[in-house]
Formats: sequence, structure tokens, C-alpha cells
Amino acid sequence: MLKEEAMQAISVAKEKWEREKLQKTLSKQPERHPDFMTVSGYPVERLYTPADIRYLDYLEDIGFPGEYPFTRGVQPTMYRGRLWTMRQYAGFGTAVESNQRYKYLLSQGQTGLSVAFDLPTQIGYDSDHPMAEGEVGKVGVAISSLADMEVLFDGIPLDKVSTSMTINATAAVLLCMYMAVAEKQGVAWKDLRGTIQNDILKEYAARGTYIFPPGPSMRLVTDIFAFCSRELPEWNTISISGYHMREAGATAAQEIAFTLADGIAYVDAGLKAGLQVDNFAPRLAFFFACHNDFLEEIAKFRAARRLWAKIMKERFGARDPRSMMLRFHTQTAGCTLTAQQPLNNIIRVALQALAAVLGGTQSLHTNSFDEALALPTEEAVRIALRTQQVIAYESGVAETIDPLAGSYYIEAMTNRLEKEAADYIKKIDDLGGSVKAIEQGYLQKEIQDSSYRYQKDIESGRRIVVGVNKFQIQEKSQPKILRVDPAVGEAQIQRLKELRAQRDNRAVQESLAKLRQVAVSEDNLMPVIYQAVKTYATLGEICDVLRDVFGEYRPVEIV
Amino acid sequence: MRKIRVLVAKVGLDGHDRGAKVIARAFRDAGMEVVYTGIRQTPEQVVAAAIQEDVDVVGLSSLSGAHEHLFPRVAKLVKKQMGDKVLIVGGGIIPEEDIPALKEAGITAVFGPGTSLKEIIDFIKANVDVGQAD
Repeated sequence: MLKEEAMQAISVAKEKWEREKLQKTLSKQPERHPDFMTVSGYPVERLYTPADIRYLDYLEDIGFPGEYPFTRGVQPTMYRGRLWTMRQYAGFGTAVESNQRYKYLLSQGQTGLSVAFDLPTQIGYDSDHPMAEGEVGKVGVAISSLADMEVLFDGIPLDKVSTSMTINATAAVLLCMYMAVAEKQGVAWKDLRGTIQNDILKEYAARGTYIFPPGPSMRLVTDIFAFCSRELPEWNTISISGYHMREAGATAAQEIAFTLADGIAYVDAGLKAGLQVDNFAPRLAFFFACHNDFLEEIAKFRAARRLWAKIMKERFGARDPRSMMLRFHTQTAGCTLTAQQPLNNIIRVALQALAAVLGGTQSLHTNSFDEALALPTEEAVRIALRTQQVIAYESGVAETIDPLAGSYYIEAMTNRLEKEAADYIKKIDDLGGSVKAIEQGYLQKEIQDSSYRYQKDIESGRRIVVGVNKFQIQEKSQPKILRVDPAVGEAQIQRLKELRAQRDNRAVQESLAKLRQVAVSEDNLMPVIYQAVKTYATLGEICDVLRDVFGEYRPVEIV
Repeated sequence: MRKIRVLVAKVGLDGHDRGAKVIARAFRDAGMEVVYTGIRQTPEQVVAAAIQEDVDVVGLSSLSGAHEHLFPRVAKLVKKQMGDKVLIVGGGIIPEEDIPALKEAGITAVFGPGTSLKEIIDFIKANVDVGQAD
């Protein structure tokens, strides 16, 4: 039978089934809702059949793992070759405490590090800056100079681990500190493996740790691309992140679209800076959330891979297949964690992690069950890591590649999400690209509208959050939480005072003067930032020079 | 009766503003006049905005753990410069054990994750007296 005829037969049979079988059941017992929707608010049909994916061409649209358009995954063997990297985002208090947590996680079978920095470090303030009051060491580790970074990685051989650093506006400075630690350990830069987030656009759109206006911020990004393509060939120079936009309220389609639109802006910036696409695109990495809708999320990852491959090939003319591969890290969605009955979060995280694995993630962070209350305790982090290990070693899902491919629903939703995201990207293109769209508040407004709709669905009870708006219980007190020692701030201030007294301040001043010279020119900033870091110039001192030259970003608030 | 005027403020370096923005919109839909400060405000900036907008309520948000330090500072400045008539409430990731100290410092209510919008709106309406038409 020809394909067309077969599809016709299925459609006819389905209509018959609806008329004869379904109607009888519905007349006796209607369905739970008049209509059904995904977590993102997209309508879900009762039943999907081959007719829903009749235009899907296996070889063209799905293909084989490790081959264009990478719908089934970026490596030919996927988890049969190597499991995903289990990478728990961690860091708090001083460098000493975080160093101990990293060593603990590595001893428990974690395979990569992921550094959380405190907000002053992310926004370019030293721990003793007035704006840093109350924030030092709170959401991550406080790093004010190379001296702190040396303690953070003490006893951790940098040629043996891969390190991901969630750092954006100050990424250039923190990467230089990491390179300086490597040099001290005798590790060659070319052997360093890891990632800096370095995605400033989503900071304007959702996360908020920007410093400079978009122009100079994008220059810092492309300076890093150029420098690393020569000096740190194994380093992922950016992790283009949808995670935070999703956490701020974006839907699955918006998450794909806004992330890839930012990706397009970075590739454009790299080309404009004179780089060849295949020289830097293979080092672009991505970062997504994994929300509650199990099947929608699996489809999301597959759709994102296919869409990015097409963009790189068709829009940018990339030739190297690695330029077309969307490699990504996933974190389970923090916004789904509840403060009520917090142990239920273990189940949520397990389902989200399973979806990320079925979606083909390269690395994964699983949230801890107590994170709606505070930073996670060691026990909670261990359970989160064990969740990944149970999926990896016991569930069987890692033994074959992209096992849900061919599911009528998964393939139909992969198509739908790809199309919806492509339509959004078109809109962003029409606004002049991601940078312009963010400056006009377009992404922010779209995200806010989605988050408000989501919250109103919870208020109305249309959306059920177990333990929050249904199945509530009278709870005793909260479980034991982790508290950051309030003395951390004081200790950091003392350390800085000693550092400033002991270092060669003339060398510091000279390096900062040089930094200023390069900042006003068009030369690459990385070498001078590296020199400044080596003299133990502080993060705040380096950023102050750049603030002075570049100015600071002032957002327009629209609510 | 005039509208209740609310300042929603992000204090400290924390950029998590999903909750603050959702609440600002919900207040507006509930008939209040709302001003949102944007992120990264110092306590001094928050109080200056509260005075300028002549608000009845200051709603503070922090998810970074800096609430212990920053909320009481805002409360102290508000009391000093605006008197006791302004209602101060807070929300975010705030451990239960911190709440008594915040209340002591003048934060009348703290709303944690999962609180319904209705509960917050009802609380404000019950605790702000906007009196007769002005």
C-alpha cells in the first residue's frame, strides 16, 4: 500500500473508532476536562496516530545519531559509549568550604564540577564592597582574587576534571583565574576542559547579573571566543542558556526560541569580529531546564537539536558537523520545587531527570529536594546525585539510543515545538535580532505573560501542584536546612585586607593601567585581564576599570 | 475609597524577579496601584522610591539569602522616614526560623513559596486602611 493510502485508511479508521467506540464511552463518562494541555499550555489531543506525522521523512528529519540533523542525539553511541556527565552545581561560603564540598562530590562518583559563585562575584564586586553586604558566600562561593581561586581548586587536578562555571558578566576574569591556577599546577591550557556560562544576553532577559551595556558585553564574549579558539581548544566558551528564561516563566517553545535566537546573536557577533564560523561554533554549548511535562520536555530537546542544526547549516553555512551539533547541559526545573511536603520533590526531580536523559542530554544537574527552602544540605545533594545514578545504572534507559523516537506523540510534538520556536525566531529577526529584542523588552514581556498565565492557572485550580493547591497536609516544622556561616563575610573582608597589604601594588596598578588602554582600543582583552589577575588585582578592581570605560547597563522595567 | 498604593521592591543583588513581577501584576489586577523598582536596589533606594510614590505598602523580595540583613534595614528606614503607617511585607526563599526575627524588625508578614496570590492580596486589603475618598 502506498503511504498516502495507508494514512487515509488510518484517518478513516480513526473516525470510525471515534464515532462508534469513543462516543459511547464519552456519553457514559465524560473526560476529566473539556480540553487538555501541556505544562506550556499547548493543547494535547486524545490520541496520536501515524497520520499526525505523515509528512515526517525519517532520513531527512530524524536520521541517525551523530549525523545531521542530530534529532536522535549528537554522538553515534550516546550513553552506550559514555554516560552523561553528572554535574551538581555547588558552592557556598568561602573557597575552603566549597573546596571540601567538591572533593566530597567527586568522592561520591560525580564526574564533573560545577561552580556556583556568589552574587558579588557574578556582578564584579569584591566581598568588601558596600553592595556586597549580606550577599557574600550566600548563593555561591565568594571569589575576589586569584588567591581565593587557588584555595577553591586546591588538591583538584585541573587536567583530570571538567569544570563548569556559572559566570557571565565577569566570565573573562574568572576564566583567567582558572587558567592561572592551571599554570600553577603545571597543567597546559590546551588540556583544560570545561565551560563558562558567558551568556550575557539571557542575563538581560531573565537572570539579572549583567554589568555593562550590550555592546561591550558582546565584545567580551567574542574576545573569549577568539582567545580560546587559539589557547584553550577544549574549552566550551559559552553555555547559551534557556534555563533561566524557563525558570522566569517561559514556555518550552519560548525556551528553545529565545535560546537559539541568542545563539544566532553570538554567532553573528563572532563573524562580525572576524572569526570563521567553524573555528568557534564547535565550542558553543547549550543549557536547558527540564520541567514537569515529561513528554513535552523530551520532544523539546529533540526539536532544539534539529532546529539548531538547520540554523547552523542553512543560515550560517557551517561545514563542520560539530558546528551544527547542539550539545547541552540540563538542570531540573527549580521553579517546580515546592516548600510544602518537600520530600515530594525527589519524585519530581527523578521524572525530570529521566526526561532529560531520554532527551539526550550531555550533562545533568539534579536539584535537591530542599531547595525551595534554602541551599541544599549534603544529604539532599547526595540523594539528587543518586537519582541520576539509579537512572543511569538501574533503569535501562541508557542502553539504547533515543528510545522514544517514532512515538507518534513525541514526533508530532517535536515537529510542533520546532515550528513554534522557528516562528518566534522569525519574530525576533524582524525586531532586529536578539539584542534589539531584549533592549525593547520583547523577550521579557513574553516571559512575564507566560509566567502570569501559569500562576493564574494554579490559582484557579486548573493546574494542580501536589501538596500546594491540592493534597495539602498540616505540616510540622521544616526539615533541617543548610545555613551559610554569617562570619563568611567578615572572613573574606579580612582576607582581602591582607591581600592588598601583601601583594606588589605597583604591579597591580601597572596591569590595571594596561587593562584600561586595551579596553578603549579594539584589541582582545583576555591577555591583559590574565596579566592583571596574575598580579592579584582583585575582581572588583578589574571590573571597576571596565565599568569606567564601558559604563553600566540600566534596564527599562516593564511590568 | 482611594486605591491602595504598593511598592514591589527587589532588594540586594538577587535577580530572581519572576515572583515579584507576578505579584505586581496580581496587585494591579486586584485594583491596587503598583510600582516595581526593578532589581538590585539598596535599602536607601527602596525607601526613596516608597516616599516618592507615597505608598501604603512596601513588598520586599529576596531569594538570595540576604533577607536577614536587608529586610530589617529597609524596615528601619521606612519607620524612620515614613512612620508606622506603611505596611511592610516580604517574600522569597526565607527559612521558617528567620521569620520571628523579621517580624520583630517590622516586617508584618512573610510569604513563602507556594503562597496563593489571593492570600497575599487579602492580607494587604485587611491590613491597609485607605480610609475615605481623598
